[in-house]
Amino acid sequence: MTPAEAPRIVDNDPRLAPGGLDEERRRLEHTWRSPSGLIGWLSEVDHKAIGRRFIVTAFAFFVLAGLLAALMRIQLARPDNTFLNPDLYNQVFTMHGTTMMFLFAVPVVLAMGVYFVPLMVGARGIALPRLLAYSYWMFLFGGLFLYVMFLANVGPDNGWFSYPPLAGPEFGYGKRADVWAQLITFTEVSSLVVATCLICTILKMRTPGMSLNRMPLFVWAMLVVSFMVMFAMPAVMISSTCLILDRLMSTHFFNQAEGGDPLLWQHLFWFFGHPEVYIIFVPALGMMSEIIGTCSRRPVFGYLVMVLSMIATAFIGFGVWVHHMFATGLPQLGQSFFTAASIMIVVPTSLQIFGWIATVWTARRLAITVPFLYAASFFFVFVIGGLSGVMLASVPLDRQVHDTYFVVAHFHYVLIGGSTFPLLGAVVYWFPKMTGRMMGQWLGRLSFWLLFAGFNLTFFPMHLLGLYGMPRRVYTYPASMGWGSMNLLATIGAGVIFLSLLVFLVNVITSLRAGAVAESNPWGGSTLEWATSSPPPPYNFLPQPTVASREPLWHPELASPPVVGLESEKRQVLVTAVLDAEPDHRYKVPGPSLWPLATAMATTLMFIWSIFQAMGLVWGAIPTFVCLVGWFWPTRGKERLAASPPTRLTLRESLS
Amino acid sequence: MPHLQSIIHPAGIQAARVSHLWWVMFWICAVVWAAVAVTAMVAIARGRRGSSTATDAQMARSVTVAGGLSVAALLGLLFQSIVTGRALDTLRSPDALRIQVTGNQWWWDVQYEHAVPSRRVTTANEIHIPVGRAIRFDLLSTDVIHSLWIPSLQGKIDLVPGRLNELWLRADEPGIYRGQCAEYCGLQHAKMALVVVAEPPDDFERWLTANRAPASPPTTPEQQRGRDIFERGPCAMCHTIAGTSAGGRSAPDLTHLGSRSTIGAGTLPNTKGYLAGWIADPQHIKPGNRMPPTGLNGEELQAVLAYLETLK
Repeated sequence: MTPAEAPRIVDNDPRLAPGGLDEERRRLEHTWRSPSGLIGWLSEVDHKAIGRRFIVTAFAFFVLAGLLAALMRIQLARPDNTFLNPDLYNQVFTMHGTTMMFLFAVPVVLAMGVYFVPLMVGARGIALPRLLAYSYWMFLFGGLFLYVMFLANVGPDNGWFSYPPLAGPEFGYGKRADVWAQLITFTEVSSLVVATCLICTILKMRTPGMSLNRMPLFVWAMLVVSFMVMFAMPAVMISSTCLILDRLMSTHFFNQAEGGDPLLWQHLFWFFGHPEVYIIFVPALGMMSEIIGTCSRRPVFGYLVMVLSMIATAFIGFGVWVHHMFATGLPQLGQSFFTAASIMIVVPTSLQIFGWIATVWTARRLAITVPFLYAASFFFVFVIGGLSGVMLASVPLDRQVHDTYFVVAHFHYVLIGGSTFPLLGAVVYWFPKMTGRMMGQWLGRLSFWLLFAGFNLTFFPMHLLGLYGMPRRVYTYPASMGWGSMNLLATIGAGVIFLSLLVFLVNVITSLRAGAVAESNPWGGSTLEWATSSPPPPYNFLPQPTVASREPLWHPELASPPVVGLESEKRQVLVTAVLDAEPDHRYKVPGPSLWPLATAMATTLMFIWSIFQAMGLVWGAIPTFVCLVGWFWPTRGKERLAASPPTRLTLRESLS
Repeated sequence: MPHLQSIIHPAGIQAARVSHLWWVMFWICAVVWAAVAVTAMVAIARGRRGSSTATDAQMARSVTVAGGLSVAALLGLLFQSIVTGRALDTLRSPDALRIQVTGNQWWWDVQYEHAVPSRRVTTANEIHIPVGRAIRFDLLSTDVIHSLWIPSLQGKIDLVPGRLNELWLRADEPGIYRGQCAEYCGLQHAKMALVVVAEPPDDFERWLTANRAPASPPTTPEQQRGRDIFERGPCAMCHTIAGTSAGGRSAPDLTHLGSRSTIGAGTLPNTKGYLAGWIADPQHIKPGNRMPPTGLNGEELQAVLAYLETLK
């Protein structure tokens, strides 16, 4: 059996839809459609539309942060350059890091989950769709707030880590550090909400038959990441709130003169900051598995090991934060624990890499498509970053290369090689599903190879710069240090990266207009998102499929009957059991609403007001409260209870 | 590239140990990378033909072996790291030379400890050390977090307000080494460097004795006028010159300014021309540094320069 021949799950059983499939389709379209016009656009709650907006917005921030990086590369291209003044340079590098971490990397991977998790688990929609809409608006407003402040010369300038006392009340002048701290609040609220939506969808809305051990690996990755978000983000929310309190209310959390401690900040920040890296990285592992499995035309080798590796990575990821603090003079015994943990975390990732190589090795006619190129580059690029990471786990060596360009090289290899490459591969891979059109092959290969070359040209020399003593976060360096030529090389490489991303963008635009029309399963994938049309209808599936194996589209012989009994006049979804996804009850998810937007605007007002006046928190809470009351105002009549009576609906019953 | 600040061109025992660790790690990691890359390429070539007859059980064995090898390599690296860490600790000794370094935005205050307070030596941005003797730095900060890093001699340790950190090192080759602040500390973090002069013990003792003496009195009328301007003008608010009434503590001690090789914390060579430029317009070369414009006219500037030149 080759996957391309795999029959679709859609059944023509007349019991599915009493009035016929066409009638059912018409009713579902009516029920799930988004209202038209501007109001409709603003009140959108469809996870695909919001996911798409999230992805597009996050990539817009990616472009902005990339342009900031270009400015830095121009400034550093030669010694004693005066292209950027020190004040602007410090803002630019802070904005670059903050944007990449908080406005691109985390939102974009979560957004891929928002779009694809409900499709991959075979659900009609996402859990808590209005909350999801709120999360998008918070993310957008937070990002706009940051950039408006930057254009007003109030951009944060203390680095993306914002260490007090430099960012504290005494040395962090003006509002810059407050802007940074409040941006964190915006993005953390947004991420926590997305994580909630994803966890609920994954645990309670998987289609019947999809027990936990049949979940696609990408869904596993998103589940693991959502839990990581739940545990990591509160640490940074607490610390950024303490920072704001220190700055605005004269508390002394980080003031050593009054019994506080600047290192407390570093512990709290990195307790979030290191898991953050894995929050960016683990979804990419899921994307790798999907791409490699499909292109190899076989299930990914070692499903259980893959899942356990991701979970192990998540757990150990919370135990390595002190390796960011080896130079702060902490006791040595504690440091060795974190060295051991930092080295141990390599094991699960290497097992995954070996698993993928085994998958490729035993492929049935491997298809070297553009997504596969991105996935395969992981083996060459990410592994360099992983190995330099092992070096950084060693306290003696870290104390030499910490805060040098060696570290800059290391984490760009890890984050770009380990996350951005798979992400771009996933964009190409899922582009036909999202848009109904394939991305251009030729331009796709061109932009991949340009990116691969440009990336290595930019970041490989930085290892050498670090070894020759160039520290990070310096706006210039004297000619006598001899760092000029390597820096020039890196700047040229950045130009090549710029070119490659331009080609990627051109490819996206031309493919949107004139790309080859995609059928429902153009790559021959095995998971449920390929079982519906490209792009999917607002209700995702007509009829909702069930599964009987891990690769439902590759095992037509195990085809199981679709779900029946969901009312098509209401936005009904099927809620199933956590472990084995047995049908439990039907649940009506809410439809479009303007309240999420209104609440997000009120929250934004409160957040921004509060960094100028402490009472802004109090006064700003009033409109927020009003909006929440409006949002949760009980609706009358039949829709009074969101949940239908918990009809125990088993597959067998629903079919008979 | 020059080796002014190179990790892999050590000039002291501590840096040499870390450099050795680096090369061990580098070669192990290079071999691991090559193995993964070659395997991946072979896998892609095979997968493309779809010719592999390997069963999943065989693959499971290969993956297990590869995982085992990874764990072995990681344990090897961990072992090397621990061995190096223990070796670095053996330098601690009670008869080390103690130097207190205090970080300020954006310069280094350096004091050579002595049981008799009046025999302490204070200087800034330039540290002289004897070759072959263990040095213990006591590190403090008056404002934000800085990090003292002299790559040729030892890895960095942060200067954290409210904490006392130690850094142990020993220079084994005489020479001039450059160091730099390695923790982002604000606007002029890039221009917070320092010079370390490692010299034979006799030379060091001579230097220390010379620096213990107060500033020599001016000999010409112009120098005398320069000192008057320094003492009565804004300079004395922040700077100290021992032996005069200038006793400010919030800027580098200038008692022996003439013997130092740089000004502005490693920003410029200490020549008369640069010094004149610095005093005339301190905000031009290092914008944001704490030194305000002095407002001296040309004649006053020349007098101050003439005096500062005598501070050997």
